[in-house]
Amino acid sequence: MAKPTASPLRTGLVHLALGTYTLIALFPVFLTVINSFKDRASIFRDPLGLPTPSTFSLVGYNTVLGQGDFVLYFQNSFIVTAVSIFFVLLFGAMAAFALSEYRFKGNTMMGLYLALGIMIPIRLGTVAILQGMVAAGLVNTLTALILVYTAQGLPLAVFILTEFMRTVSDDLKNAGRIDGLSEYSIFFRLVLPLVRPAMATVAVFTMIPIWNDLWFPLILAPSDATKTVTLGSQVFIGQFVTNWNAVLAALTLAILPVLVLYLVFSRQLIRGITSGAVK
Amino acid sequence: MGSLKIENIRKSFGHVDVLKGIDLEVKDGEFVIFVGPSGCGKSTLLRVIAGLEDATSGDILIDGKKVNNTPPAKRGIAMVFQTYALYPHLSVRDNMGLGLKQAGKPADEIKERTGIASSMLSLDEYLERRPAELSGGQRQRVAIGRAIVREPQLFLFDEPLSNLDAALRVNTRLEIARLHRQLKATMIYVTHDQVEAMTLADKIVVLNKGKIEQVGSPMELYNAPQTIFVAGFIGSPQMNLIDAAKLGQSGAKTIGIRPEHIQVSKTSGEWKGSVIHVEHLGADTIIYLQTDFGPLTVRLFGEHNYDVDGVLYATPDAGRTYRFDNDGQVIKG
Repeated sequence: MAKPTASPLRTGLVHLALGTYTLIALFPVFLTVINSFKDRASIFRDPLGLPTPSTFSLVGYNTVLGQGDFVLYFQNSFIVTAVSIFFVLLFGAMAAFALSEYRFKGNTMMGLYLALGIMIPIRLGTVAILQGMVAAGLVNTLTALILVYTAQGLPLAVFILTEFMRTVSDDLKNAGRIDGLSEYSIFFRLVLPLVRPAMATVAVFTMIPIWNDLWFPLILAPSDATKTVTLGSQVFIGQFVTNWNAVLAALTLAILPVLVLYLVFSRQLIRGITSGAVK
Repeated sequence: MGSLKIENIRKSFGHVDVLKGIDLEVKDGEFVIFVGPSGCGKSTLLRVIAGLEDATSGDILIDGKKVNNTPPAKRGIAMVFQTYALYPHLSVRDNMGLGLKQAGKPADEIKERTGIASSMLSLDEYLERRPAELSGGQRQRVAIGRAIVREPQLFLFDEPLSNLDAALRVNTRLEIARLHRQLKATMIYVTHDQVEAMTLADKIVVLNKGKIEQVGSPMELYNAPQTIFVAGFIGSPQMNLIDAAKLGQSGAKTIGIRPEHIQVSKTSGEWKGSVIHVEHLGADTIIYLQTDFGPLTVRLFGEHNYDVDGVLYATPDAGRTYRFDNDGQVIKG
């Protein structure tokens, strides 16, 4: 796609900028991973050094996995993230379909109202959410987290998916109506497959903040049975002593599932981002 | 089987009136074409008939039954769209069979009916392909096949040939004409291309600004346009519309004369003009003249050579001129 007029200097500068950004973005991850494989002394002595045979140590991983609860924490994180993504995509897509497909009074206002959540952080409502959860008896359940994360993810999902669904041909939906498909079949069987790239984009943008969140697990579900990975890793951070080996090992492990999910979605994601740009 | 009656249909989007009271009757087996410029409401009217849009007021009767509140799938119609609108994730066979499947028809019946439709349109070898693997012309044939399979009382075509290139357009046009003879079904067809309208229709409905201007057979519209709009819209090149006052004629606002109903001579004639441009089409020669009363288009059959800037005299054929009053209505007699 490079235009013949683009000079090598220009291309070089662009690549330099992108490369620098990549380095900056990857550096903390890199640091976490290499230090998780070193013993405690060498983490402090030479934080930037790669693990060598003399400094190599799996003590962090042994601590983390030896604690036993960590498998449960992973499971909790996984359940919360997966179920939240499912609901965000389902409800987000349904709302987007209604907003893009049907003419009704207040359509635009409703769209703006739903998009408002993008600009207002959900954490401002923490106290009210906690009170609500206490009243509903949902404190220390994964349900509480799923509800909050679904609410948190919906605004962006509705916003992005509405735009994408507008691009689905009206003729196609009308052909479905003439063939006797119900509105639900049109939504699930014609429209959803066509906006799959956009769904993947939304899934990735929704997934990462949920997986990494510390705030709501700490407030709504801090019990041992409902801890998520990020909250679980905090066990090793004490007021006076921090078990860095264990923290770094836990964080390294926490990267893996999210990386796998990302790879699953990423092929679709790239199509989603570029198709929006090219049109 | 397959008659349609439209009674005083109105449709507004917010404050914009798209259809302003349409009355129309279509007999069983007729091929009716809606023509008109963009934005005249022809596609909206088709969508209202299909049930994809609700009319603001008025009634639609298919086979004498009021269908205002019947969903599209139960109206006994099938529709072919300009963009083909094939289901991208289904094979040609499933695209054609989906409507029957939704209606709960048994599998062998679906197979038989898709088989008949696909052989009618010579699509047999493509049945297992996906729409993405077909050419534009094949896709439109699949879309037509999908309509045939439903065995509807009423076929609706929404500019089905607009996305095809010129050669395919002629072929598909012939195919649609053949299907109409073969199926003897009622067809309603929307187009902005007057050639399609003239060649296919039993009856043409000319729409303008949400109203019916005139309904008639192609030749009625050509020979006896009732309004200045129809006169200008039907026929190519367009009819010459000349201000009557400039010609010194009274009793009419505008005089209309078709380009093919004018004779030219280098020596004498009624109107004097100079040649601006000449188009040679082989079978026809089209001459653009500048006269005292404005531009004049003349269409001569066969090949003729005239020099640009040369002087020509034009004479209209007797009895072939049309006179229109201030409201654009034709003046009889």
